[in-house]
Amino acid sequence: MATNNAKAYWGKTKLHMIVTLIIWLFFSLIIFMFGSELNTISFLGYPLAYYMTAQGSLLAFVVLLFWTANKQEKIDKDHGYNEREEN
Amino acid sequence: MFKGKFINNLPKIYGLYTGGFAVFIILMAIAEQLGMSARNIGIMFVAFTVSIYALIGYLSRTVQADAYYVAGRQVPTVFNGMATAADWMSGASFVALAGGVYFGGYTYMAFLVGWTGGYVLVASLLAPYLRKFGCYTVPDFIGTRYGGNLVRACSVFVLFIASFTYVTAQITATGTIASRALGIDFELAVWVGLISILICSMLGGMRAVTWTQVAQYIVLIVAYLLPLFWISTQGGYGVFPHLMLGEEVARIGELEKTLGLGTEAMTNTKGVMAELKWPDGEAVKGLKYLSTTHSEVPDGGMAIWKYLSLAICMMVGTASLPHILMRYFTTTSVKSARKSVAWSLFFIFLLYSSAPMLATLSKLSLLDPNLASSIIGKSISDVQALEWVQRWSEVKQVFITDLNGNGTLQLNEFFMNRDIVVLATPEIAGLPFVISGLVFAGGMAAAMSTADGLVLAISNALSHDIYYKIIDPKADTAKRLIVARVLLVLIGAAGAWIASFKLNDILGSVAWAFDFAMSGLFFPLVLGVWWKRATREGAIAGIIAGIGSGTFYLLWVYPKFSNAIWGVVHEPWLGIDHLRFGMIGAPICLIVMVVVSLMTKEPDAATQAMVDETRIPTGRAIIGK
Repeated sequence: MATNNAKAYWGKTKLHMIVTLIIWLFFSLIIFMFGSELNTISFLGYPLAYYMTAQGSLLAFVVLLFWTANKQEKIDKDHGYNEREEN
Repeated sequence: MFKGKFINNLPKIYGLYTGGFAVFIILMAIAEQLGMSARNIGIMFVAFTVSIYALIGYLSRTVQADAYYVAGRQVPTVFNGMATAADWMSGASFVALAGGVYFGGYTYMAFLVGWTGGYVLVASLLAPYLRKFGCYTVPDFIGTRYGGNLVRACSVFVLFIASFTYVTAQITATGTIASRALGIDFELAVWVGLISILICSMLGGMRAVTWTQVAQYIVLIVAYLLPLFWISTQGGYGVFPHLMLGEEVARIGELEKTLGLGTEAMTNTKGVMAELKWPDGEAVKGLKYLSTTHSEVPDGGMAIWKYLSLAICMMVGTASLPHILMRYFTTTSVKSARKSVAWSLFFIFLLYSSAPMLATLSKLSLLDPNLASSIIGKSISDVQALEWVQRWSEVKQVFITDLNGNGTLQLNEFFMNRDIVVLATPEIAGLPFVISGLVFAGGMAAAMSTADGLVLAISNALSHDIYYKIIDPKADTAKRLIVARVLLVLIGAAGAWIASFKLNDILGSVAWAFDFAMSGLFFPLVLGVWWKRATREGAIAGIIAGIGSGTFYLLWVYPKFSNAIWGVVHEPWLGIDHLRFGMIGAPICLIVMVVVSLMTKEPDAATQAMVDETRIPTGRAIIGK
């Protein structure tokens, strides 16, 4: 059976996964439900919905992934599950 | 030891390689000035890069199972990111993506979001856990987690359908590019392409593919970005196109209005399209004229749903494609697997965010009457006299006709293959041919790297999961690796053989691979990690129901198939067409898997402990070392 530490670790990991996926859902699907409305706003001279699908959401995913990996490493460390080897 | 040294020296080795490639480009530019023909430059580019990949493939040969299947699990984070990016970005991404954006506008760009957003699912739901598990292949995880040969075989079956759909498209792309660059027949070029692909993977398996993919990434990204930045700077659009093309996008919007895009006069009926003929009498097929706006969002709930459903299918499909997931088996640690997904997406982002910019510049250069390169609104005889128009008309990639007989070229009278946006834009913008040669090399690198990953994914699953795990568990390493290599050659040859018939219309779209994978693999993989209660019976039922219902729906909805089977063309249900059939397969897979799991006995303590162990980064791997 999993130890208490392992259970607490998994709880936090799960929560972190859910937060990550909510942000992902926002940038991948939710904003594109309002494409016509967003396109009336201008960003860097681009219509906003066009910008988001061409570049903005893609960039958001890249940032999200680095953030989520770093955060997860912190959770690993807090529970003593950090791997020793380094690259 | 050489291997350790090699890993430590990677930045130096690839730095040297990149420098060498730059020198080669400069030499070719000088050769062009000295009068080397365009054809020879194309040949030199393809020959030079392919022989480097072959050399890397040869140097990475191995006789160890660990190196052959998972590159010895010692690929550094950032390099694995590059290799994944090359593995991911196919010949289609490289050659056709910008053209897709050019013709498809906003709705098509759902592909961009889908093909990048999927990596968030890979990173948070799967990659680190599969890495911890220590499997060699994706079916290896499913077979071990759920236990039993049947579930293993079912997942190999889904892997095979999804990856094989994809690989024929890649070998076709390799053949197309090789035939254009080398000036040889397509049928021959397909086999030349196949041999290049096999040289990279046969001797060293995953290890060889990893190091060639890194080299291929460098070539393809240089080949994509250099022309874009060059055109943008030279044309005065701004030195950093991604941030500076707002005005140009707005200008295209104005031009679309003045040119009457979308009006009845600028829209060709099906009858007119069917009548188009080349001078030799052959029907014009596969070419498009511009009929969609560049940046406008189409109105209505159905348009939104079409965008969202396409993005969902591509995202979930991405997270289920075995040739991508297995790249993260090669990292040194769980932590590195997570970071490596982030780096992969960064390297993919560099190309994907550039495709719309290239489409914008390309479209503007053809449409804007203030630019010397424009053709719309010019006299047809003048346009037909242009060198690039003649060159691409000869190979039936560009078609011009005067539908209304007024002697002036209009939007609906100019047809081109979407690949032209990438392949000919440098030429249209007046860049030296050396850049076009570079683009050929980039396209070849993109198609080869993906084909390599796919062929390896299929043959590894067959050799490891079917042959070693099911047929002959006592086979020694030497025998296993021989079987793996024989299968590799057979799969590649089968793909090339099918590709040589040019059955593109029948094989359909690359998108199908994503739909197949999401229908049969996504939920068995995710629930295997995230739901301890998932049982073997549930997984088997889910895979069969998912892939079965998805495939049935594809047959039902794709006009060519439904016409052949039912004799009628079915209207897509809720707008779910053949590109989106995973929207049917995956939910059915989920429901069946959950219901059957709850109906059967919960997994035994050993299996539950195995899942617990999978969830924490440290400690022993579940299988292997």
